[in-house]
Amino acid sequence: MSEIVEGFSQAINLIVTLNPDLLQIAALSLYVSLCATLLAAVITIPLGGFIHFHEFRGKQALVTLIQTLYSVPTVIVGLLVYFIISRSGPLGFFGLLYSPEGMILGQAVLIIPIMLGLVITALSGISQNIRDTLVSLGATESQGILEIIREARFAILAGVILGFGRAISEVGVAMMIGGNIRGETRVLTTAIALGTGMGEFSLAIALGIILLAISMMVVILMKFISRRYQP
Amino acid sequence: MIRIEAVTKKFGETEILKTINLKILKGEIFTLIGPSGSGKTTLLRLIDLLDSPTTGKIVFDGTDTTENEKERLSVRRRMGMVFQKPAVLNTTVAENVAFGLKFRGVEESQVDKRVHSALDLVGLPDFSMRKAITLSGGEMQRVSIARAMVTEPDVLLLDEPTANLDPVSSEIIENLILRINKELHTTIILSTHDMIQGQRLADRIGVIMDGRIVQVGTTNDIFYQPAGKDIARFVGIDTILKGVVKTNDGGHAEIEIGSALFEAITSIRPGQRVALYIRPEEVTLMLPESGSKKTSARNQLSGTITRMVPLGPLIRVTVDCGTLLIALITRRSCNELGLAVGAVVTAGVKASAIHVITDTS
Repeated sequence: MSEIVEGFSQAINLIVTLNPDLLQIAALSLYVSLCATLLAAVITIPLGGFIHFHEFRGKQALVTLIQTLYSVPTVIVGLLVYFIISRSGPLGFFGLLYSPEGMILGQAVLIIPIMLGLVITALSGISQNIRDTLVSLGATESQGILEIIREARFAILAGVILGFGRAISEVGVAMMIGGNIRGETRVLTTAIALGTGMGEFSLAIALGIILLAISMMVVILMKFISRRYQP
Repeated sequence: MIRIEAVTKKFGETEILKTINLKILKGEIFTLIGPSGSGKTTLLRLIDLLDSPTTGKIVFDGTDTTENEKERLSVRRRMGMVFQKPAVLNTTVAENVAFGLKFRGVEESQVDKRVHSALDLVGLPDFSMRKAITLSGGEMQRVSIARAMVTEPDVLLLDEPTANLDPVSSEIIENLILRINKELHTTIILSTHDMIQGQRLADRIGVIMDGRIVQVGTTNDIFYQPAGKDIARFVGIDTILKGVVKTNDGGHAEIEIGSALFEAITSIRPGQRVALYIRPEEVTLMLPESGSKKTSARNQLSGTITRMVPLGPLIRVTVDCGTLLIALITRRSCNELGLAVGAVVTAGVKASAIHVITDTS
């Protein structure tokens, strides 16, 4: 128990003193996971719209597959992306391995299924009445789809927040793709894993508290933006 | 304005509409009346080009709407539709009303002005900044009408616009529909299962039953000369009597029904089997002791009251005169006459109030 209490006071200490190491790690965590979430959102919102608004063979199977991939282990994604971006892999020439950009790619791959699934669910939540109303008001197909995505914004936002949560809290991809290199690719979760391994429990807990604090700020900010800019 | 030619609509194996032929005239209020599930909504959705007919075609102002999707969109944009369950998007009332303008690319500077005049039209001028999902059912329906009218459509379609509303809200909506038709000359097609509403609003009525248009005509045609037994029942004619024409003297016929003889106006020849339709509001009741007073009602039948059902300010009285006659009388006259179940009364029906048709069943 004393580690937890100590962890709290250390967390406050680290924050108040603006520890440069900590700031760098926290900033990288935030950068990587926000970029991954943004990348995933840019892909999944239109793709989810496409899947939802088109009837094709195997649609149900595809949705089931997407939902199954919610539970893909982070290390499996890490391994897969490792093969793809390592020197001998198909994207090897970009030199993404052990770089923040590689981590962004890995985390995006990790959270795409869950965000895609939740976008589809969010769009299914908009009743046929709304769709009919938009069509009868003279919407073209793309105008209609855009309005329905807008109408589903809160449910979609919930999916985005969940995706961000999964990205910033995962260790597998950050460790395997990033490599936990100090000052380069070390993020909060890999630092926590390292601290725990070295017996610095209160530091690990302090970092965990900071991670949650950052998450909270991001969630509040996202909600604020969604209220403010889409009445 | 709109011509519907041999339109059918199937959903899977079920045929919802069976060969509909119909013409909607410019500037009229056309009411589709029929029981629930008769195909009213399906027909309105076809007219609004939300769905396509299985066979047949719909011609809008000379344009065949089975053409390409672009053509359909431009025709659809000349109509507005109000659904039975109003669906509003989760945003302000003003933005809800503005959708049609936004989709048509109307200039920002125009939008505000037109949204406000549409909200004025439906009597909700101060609602523009309200959140649409917090409105009452009646208010939502009025917002849907404003939303449909803001684009100044040639045709306004309304699917059971008052089905889920309280009487006060219904009256507001009905008056609004009449005003839109009279002042803006918008052609209106509305569906209802409420015959009284049809009577109040319609220039012409189309009765739809089991996927077929069974009769089209003015309010009077439908309510006083229904083309069949089902229609008669549906439009509120409770008394349908079957008999045989005994004599016919220049259109004034005597018709035998059971042991009673009815007088009615018809050109049907003696010997023919006929059905008599009598609207309950055309039946008068008198106490027998006042029966000596002369009346112009040719048919006077003595009977016993077997049932009384209150309907607001009216009472529906069933009288057994050998055959059952149903009368709709005011509560006040019921009280003055002291009517009660078991009382003996004389039922009077004018010969001209009986609608006679050949009985084919």
